[in-house]
Amino acid sequence: MNLVGLLRQSWAGLRVLLLFTVILGVAYPLAVTGVAQVAFGDQADGSLVSHDGEVVGSSLIGQPFDGAEWFHPRPSAAGDGYDTLASGGSNLGPESTELLATVEERRAAVAEENGVDPADVPPDAVTASGSGLDPHISPAYARLQVARVAEARGLAAVAVADLVSEHTEGRILGVLGGERVNVLELNLALEDLEAS
Amino acid sequence: MSATAAGLLQIALLLLLLAALYKPLGDHMARVYTSTRHLAVERAFYRVVRVDPEADQRWSTYVLSVLGLSAASVLFLYAMLRLQDHLPMSLGLTGLAPDLAWNTATSFVANTNWQSYAGESTMGFTSQMAGLAVQNFVSGAVGMAVAVAVIRGLTRRGTDRLGNFWVDLTRGIIRILLPISLVLALVLVAGGVIQNLSDTREVTTLGGAVQSIVGGPVASQEAIKLLGTNGGGFFNANSAHPFENPNALTNLLENVLILVIPVALTRTYGVMVKDKRQGYAVLTAMAVLWGAALVAVTAAEVNHPGTVPQAVGSSFEGKEVRFDVWASALFANSTTGTSTGAVNSMHASYTGAGGGAVMLNMMLGEVSPGGVGSGLYGMVVLAILAVFLAGLMVGRTPEYLGRKIGRHEISLVALSLLTMPFALLIGAAIAASSDSTRASLLNDGPQGLSEILYAFASGANNNGSAFAGLSADVPYYNTALGLAMLIGRFTTIVLVLALAGALARQTPTPATAGTLPTHRPLFVGLHAVTVVIVAGLTFFPALALGPIAVALA
Repeated sequence: MNLVGLLRQSWAGLRVLLLFTVILGVAYPLAVTGVAQVAFGDQADGSLVSHDGEVVGSSLIGQPFDGAEWFHPRPSAAGDGYDTLASGGSNLGPESTELLATVEERRAAVAEENGVDPADVPPDAVTASGSGLDPHISPAYARLQVARVAEARGLAAVAVADLVSEHTEGRILGVLGGERVNVLELNLALEDLEAS
Repeated sequence: MSATAAGLLQIALLLLLLAALYKPLGDHMARVYTSTRHLAVERAFYRVVRVDPEADQRWSTYVLSVLGLSAASVLFLYAMLRLQDHLPMSLGLTGLAPDLAWNTATSFVANTNWQSYAGESTMGFTSQMAGLAVQNFVSGAVGMAVAVAVIRGLTRRGTDRLGNFWVDLTRGIIRILLPISLVLALVLVAGGVIQNLSDTREVTTLGGAVQSIVGGPVASQEAIKLLGTNGGGFFNANSAHPFENPNALTNLLENVLILVIPVALTRTYGVMVKDKRQGYAVLTAMAVLWGAALVAVTAAEVNHPGTVPQAVGSSFEGKEVRFDVWASALFANSTTGTSTGAVNSMHASYTGAGGGAVMLNMMLGEVSPGGVGSGLYGMVVLAILAVFLAGLMVGRTPEYLGRKIGRHEISLVALSLLTMPFALLIGAAIAASSDSTRASLLNDGPQGLSEILYAFASGANNNGSAFAGLSADVPYYNTALGLAMLIGRFTTIVLVLALAGALARQTPTPATAGTLPTHRPLFVGLHAVTVVIVAGLTFFPALALGPIAVALA
């Protein structure tokens, strides 16, 4: 190895890097942004969802819902819950006593507020997602909340259950990923149902 | 359909897509790296940066070019991150502290993308686009260039020349990485990945809370993050974040992007050495390792042994509903079997056996199928070790593709195989031996050791995924992991290029009846077993104290 050679190659490397920075770091992302904004504007801007003319969030990003009248999302480890500036999971391990206690606490709470047997509480209801922003819950967790939501809103349980069925999405192409219910979309439909 | 049937079909679909892309992409890459013609845009590029595209470099000059570019890249990126507050579109974020800027600069230049920071609260758009994403392209193309130089070492005869690094680099970017990224970035946007330059805005949610809607040029970065086996997420949650990976279909495409170049490079290899069977043999050895690990990870995650998963009824902590367990385990296996390190679920919350299996994937040296380029040259080095071991057993001079493996060659092989364990084990040992560094652990006991081991396995192997319980943004981890990443990447590159130089000097000997054929199942088995034995002998004691102890708890 000789130092002069290395310096000469570093100088060439810097020239190459600077030109690539212009091509790959400026032109490429701006070109993608331009085409994306024209061709897929909705998605490029974050699949925003409006209600009564106001943007209330993104259909891709979970949001907190408290109170008996809403379908509740999964527990979230992002900040104080569904904080988009601090996405992430709990990262607690399979033998963590802290996680075990938290999970049992959540199970008891979910069972109590919905008036069901703790053994019937599905896994997604007691675990935090990887992103902390999971917009979905399992169909099982949605069904489990139907009676409580219907009662709080004075709606017929069967109408709310139908709404859950309508909003249950199967695996993509029948095989990819999991079955799910989008909580924000379900709650929006619930508002519309009540308004009509 | 049952979850099991859907999960198996999902794997079949991934393999089908890879099979369809294998020949066209592999052949295309072979043409890119063997063609004597320059594109007009490339000629203009060489003129502007004043490099001579016709120079045929010695292995030592090739090394200097790699190191020169990488040194310039580290300095440039370091300066950019330190001075972030003076750059446009920085969202009001400050410059990075020296240790974090060092760690991040080395990490992205070394194709690792270990992240001691959370993207959404640390990086402005200029740093992401003009700093990090550029290195996603460049560092990937460096790996591919080195792999091609190694192939030339096996195809040229009686020369000390390995090709032109600047040409290999430029072609890898202009003809392979950039066009695929452009198309796939737009496909990802169509699927829901965001691509804008909007500031964060606050909205009142339906339930009356306040939530920030974050923006960013995410899709353009997502495509090359995966295609170049980089793995550094735009957001902290990486490919678990709905804006990076909105649904199970984008998830499948991202999984394909991770694997497609490392897999197709074996075809390129077969074409370039003019014996396609050699490429299939390497691919088969990679596939055997990938498949075995996939069975282990999936079985562990689906059957969910362990205290918390048993209490929950599923290994679901850290996983997303839209992916479910099967697609999470599949992605985890792909991202750690390559040197990508992107995650769609949090590995720290995996079962003991599942987390151990993904860690072992990295400790195999990232060869199943490994990073772009680095997987192939890693596998060639291990193939040479395998013929050497076979030669010792039968008492013949070992040969690989007609090249004699003598003392000089096997010394380089041995040194390159010892580099990664050296960086991994020394760094982890120091981290485990001090109270101050142990303070960064989230979990204690064996799970805590797993956090340390995982971090250094991830760094030294240029993977970049994390057992994210570790709070790594402290000076020791930032500095030590930065060194581990540089040693793991560039010491290995210097040694394999030296090996390529030594092989190119030889005049190949014709195969005889006594030559060990390196394309038959027997050798493929020996090759895969060699990978496992080398990793097993090196890491079993450390694994026994970490993930194995967790799994047996």
